[in-house]
Amino acid sequence: MDKILEVKDLHVDFDTYNGVVHAIRGVSFHLNAGETLAIVGESGSGKSITVRSILQLLAKNGTISKGEVLYHGDDLLQKTDKEMDKLRGNKISMIFQDPMTSLDPTMTIGKQVAEPLLIHNNVSKKDALKRAEEVLRLVGIPNPKARMNDYPHQFSGGQRQRIVIAIAIVDYPEILIADEPTTALDVTVQAQIIDLLKELQQKIGTSIIFITHDLGVVAGIADRVAVMYAGRLVEFGSVNDIFYNPQHPYTWGLLDSMPTLDTNESDRLNSIPGTPPNLLNPPKGDAFAPRNAYAMEIDEEQQPPFFKVSKHHYAATWLLHPNAPKVTPPASILNRYEKFKKLGGNVK
Amino acid sequence: MAKYILKRILYLFLTLFIIATITFFMMKMLPGTPFSNQNRMSAEQLKIVKAQYGLDQSVFVQYIRYIGGLLQGNLGTSFQFNNEPVTALIGQRLAPSMQIGAQAMVVGTIGGILLGALAAIRKNTWVDTLATFISILGLSIPSFVLAVLLQFYLAYKWKIYPVALWDNFQSSILPTLALSALPLGTVARFMRTEMVDVMSSDYIELAKSKGNSSWGVVAKHALRNSLIPVVTIIGPMAVSVMTGSMVVENIFSIPGIGEQFVKSITTNDYPTIMGLTIFYSFLLIIVYLIVDILYGLIDPRIRLGNGGKE
Amino acid sequence: MEQIPQIPKEKFRLIHDENNKDQEKIGTPSLTYMQDVRRRLFKDKVAVVCLALISIIVVISILAPIIAPHNPNAQQVTMSNLPPKLGNLNIPGMNGYQNMGGHMVDAYKQADAPKGTFYILGTDYLGRDLLSRIIYGTRLSLVVAVLATLVDLLIGVPYGIVSGWKGGKTDTFMQRIVEIVSSIPNLIVVILMMIILKPGLTSIVIAIAITGWVTMARLVRAQTFQLKEQEYILAARTLGEPSMKIATKHLIPNLSSTIIIQTMFTIPNAIFFEAFLSFIGIGIPAPNASLGTLLSDGQKAFRFLPYQMWAPAIILSVIMIATNLLGDGLRDAFDPQSSEN
Ligand SMILES: Nc1ncnc2c1ncn2[C@@H]1O[C@H](COP(=O)(O)OP(=O)(O)O)[C@@H](O)[C@H]1O
Ligand SMILES: [Mg+2]
Repeated sequence: MDKILEVKDLHVDFDTYNGVVHAIRGVSFHLNAGETLAIVGESGSGKSITVRSILQLLAKNGTISKGEVLYHGDDLLQKTDKEMDKLRGNKISMIFQDPMTSLDPTMTIGKQVAEPLLIHNNVSKKDALKRAEEVLRLVGIPNPKARMNDYPHQFSGGQRQRIVIAIAIVDYPEILIADEPTTALDVTVQAQIIDLLKELQQKIGTSIIFITHDLGVVAGIADRVAVMYAGRLVEFGSVNDIFYNPQHPYTWGLLDSMPTLDTNESDRLNSIPGTPPNLLNPPKGDAFAPRNAYAMEIDEEQQPPFFKVSKHHYAATWLLHPNAPKVTPPASILNRYEKFKKLGGNVK
Repeated sequence: MAKYILKRILYLFLTLFIIATITFFMMKMLPGTPFSNQNRMSAEQLKIVKAQYGLDQSVFVQYIRYIGGLLQGNLGTSFQFNNEPVTALIGQRLAPSMQIGAQAMVVGTIGGILLGALAAIRKNTWVDTLATFISILGLSIPSFVLAVLLQFYLAYKWKIYPVALWDNFQSSILPTLALSALPLGTVARFMRTEMVDVMSSDYIELAKSKGNSSWGVVAKHALRNSLIPVVTIIGPMAVSVMTGSMVVENIFSIPGIGEQFVKSITTNDYPTIMGLTIFYSFLLIIVYLIVDILYGLIDPRIRLGNGGKE
Repeated sequence: MEQIPQIPKEKFRLIHDENNKDQEKIGTPSLTYMQDVRRRLFKDKVAVVCLALISIIVVISILAPIIAPHNPNAQQVTMSNLPPKLGNLNIPGMNGYQNMGGHMVDAYKQADAPKGTFYILGTDYLGRDLLSRIIYGTRLSLVVAVLATLVDLLIGVPYGIVSGWKGGKTDTFMQRIVEIVSSIPNLIVVILMMIILKPGLTSIVIAIAITGWVTMARLVRAQTFQLKEQEYILAARTLGEPSMKIATKHLIPNLSSTIIIQTMFTIPNAIFFEAFLSFIGIGIPAPNASLGTLLSDGQKAFRFLPYQMWAPAIILSVIMIATNLLGDGLRDAFDPQSSEN
């Protein structure tokens, strides 16, 4: 498979009133052509900053202090502003979390959807608007012709998110970054938007980076999953790896706090106790250690490297070190391991 | 929208009526007769004059007459200036006041918008600091101080402009400058705050992610969204320009309404004060109304919403 | 990734939950809100300079009787219109010389001033010491501003709290009044008040306050509306704490930032109105000095004796600028998000 995007050892710092916040501390991952990669993690773990760095859309006080973002092998961090403008909304586009605030309240939606075409392609206004209308139909806005001249406030939240998606795909991007596109919506609408994204991926063949703090959403859309905590990745692998053979205690915690259909717990409980660390002074060892019931001394002293679990499955926890004691994961996780065996997997 | 405007116009008349009533009774509360500065008149003469102005009637009758007159567009008669009707007085003096007032509003608003936008775009740089400094100066230095300084240095000392003569456009430049400082400062600050706010909003982020250049983001999205709320402060600015015009017209000897108003105050010409008060209020309420309608017209969220705001 | 680091076995002992507590202590020490506000304010250089300037001006005004070199109202016609002179220091512009018919002459000598007499900022057309008049004038202007602001607070804050707290019909009615009062141009009301009241300090304060409270009332009402729904206030209400107590214990402290900031904008406004009214001749009556009367006197002689206007103009502008900037600084200190990004 083709790696169309590869992020290597990304570091992002923010200058703040209280000092420098090391928001991203060495993140590496890649995106294959045509796949959907999900990045999950509690809010504040650095998911948005990671993907914004790809398009260099950071706040003014943020800097990418180290790393590479390779798009077809080209380092985007070396590009000029002008070159980046050419990529944004054209080759790589983005969907933001809150559809209520992502649209310009004083511009008709027809114009907003047509805008990327007018920026990147040499088309007439009329053609661009016509194209916008088609895309609005594609994303499921009923009667788009009549609604082209309406303003955002005349649409519901779900419809607005469809419009935001229309803007993102109007120029057939290679990569679509969706930053919590369903978080602000209610559950039934969430499912519709996910279905829409899947359908669009089929139709236009785009690769998707899908961000969410809710693992429950992931199963339906992702091929691979990366789990993020305190500015670093802690585990990544295929959807089955992460759901049925999780290795990092943080992943266990996330899975436990998610309402599942397979296990018979219907209510959302067990959110991970404690709070993420302050990234003004990142901890020396594993950032999750203070909240980790399975923490070991080494966790406080040294950051764990990635240990290989299977071909595409890695986890950064000292529990995978040969010298580590054998621990028994929570019962719910053991249930998952059972399921993994049934799927033909190899549980460690 | 039409219903909303109708309601607003109704409010306008109600407010004017209240102002007229307050003004009338306040003037009646004044001690002595309005002729006290012409006390060479005999008791006999005074009586005749009083009858002539209807001042021999009961206060209530006077009030009814006054309101009746107002409804017919009669603002009363000046005690001074050869008993001219106040409306005639206004008619003669409206043009210069309107000219410098309008010029100051236009210069102040446009200048302020540019200054504020520049400060917001170049936020936290020396450009921002300089723009903020200019707008604070504009806000803080009273227009009459500015008027005197401009007059002294540009007209007397360096002789760049004609001294206190009201004839052509050139003579309106200095008063316009003096009057436009406050709206300039106000608009610049307001615009900066609005635009900084807008620039950090999600839809600007989306606009950037579409591939707009920084200039494109400003031109296509940020400017329009920050400009719309600026409309709301045009009303208060009209008030400050009007306040300023009273002294500025005086300093530059401009035969306008402001100068007349101050003159009437110092000569106790009550009917003129009353008439001008009501005229001023009328003017301002109209400005507020127009601004409100304008706001509804340019902001799609209000234009298309059901009914008006609030 | 592939290489497995060699680490001794004892490092892999599981730590139990008891030890998991101190991580959160790292980071910035948490400050109380007010301390935080103060810290932010004092970090803002512009605000600090403005605060210092205002403090100096206030102290000088309070100590006017001690500091002022002369009686501000004492006339000495022989000493009229003397230019500034600072001791025997020969600083141009401050040496008592004046341009007369093309050359500089010692105005003090011409006026037969006794040796050693000097007026730092010169004298006015009645021979009154300008420096003393400015000190007293500033004092009077500040008194007007402080009183007007107080009245503003006394009417505006309770009005806003009651309106916001009661809500419903009471609120609608009270807001109608606010609407009507604010649709009447305040200048007109102020001028009308000044015409029927006897010119003087009280009248100016009343005239300014009668329209000024509206803005305060609006802001306080809006904030009260929000606070009312906060949990701790809901709790206090369900526990049956008397309204008066809730207002003083919970509301006022939370409203303080809004009130303080608004006050910083009321003060320059009041100072401006006093100057304006005095300038057009219906403010502070003679012989008392205020910044407005000094400007008005100075303006009449400005063509020939510019120093008589410069001094009050500068003081007035400095006060206006400093209070405006301090207001900005306070707003940023109370609400840091507004200035970030
Ligand atoms: N502009 C900024 N200034 C300072 N810190 C920031 C800024 N933006 C983000 N951060 C920090 O970066 C961390 C990661 O943020 P984000 O990527 O938005 O989290 P997520 O998307 O996973 O919820 C947050 O903990 C926040 O403290
Ligand atoms: Mg996020």
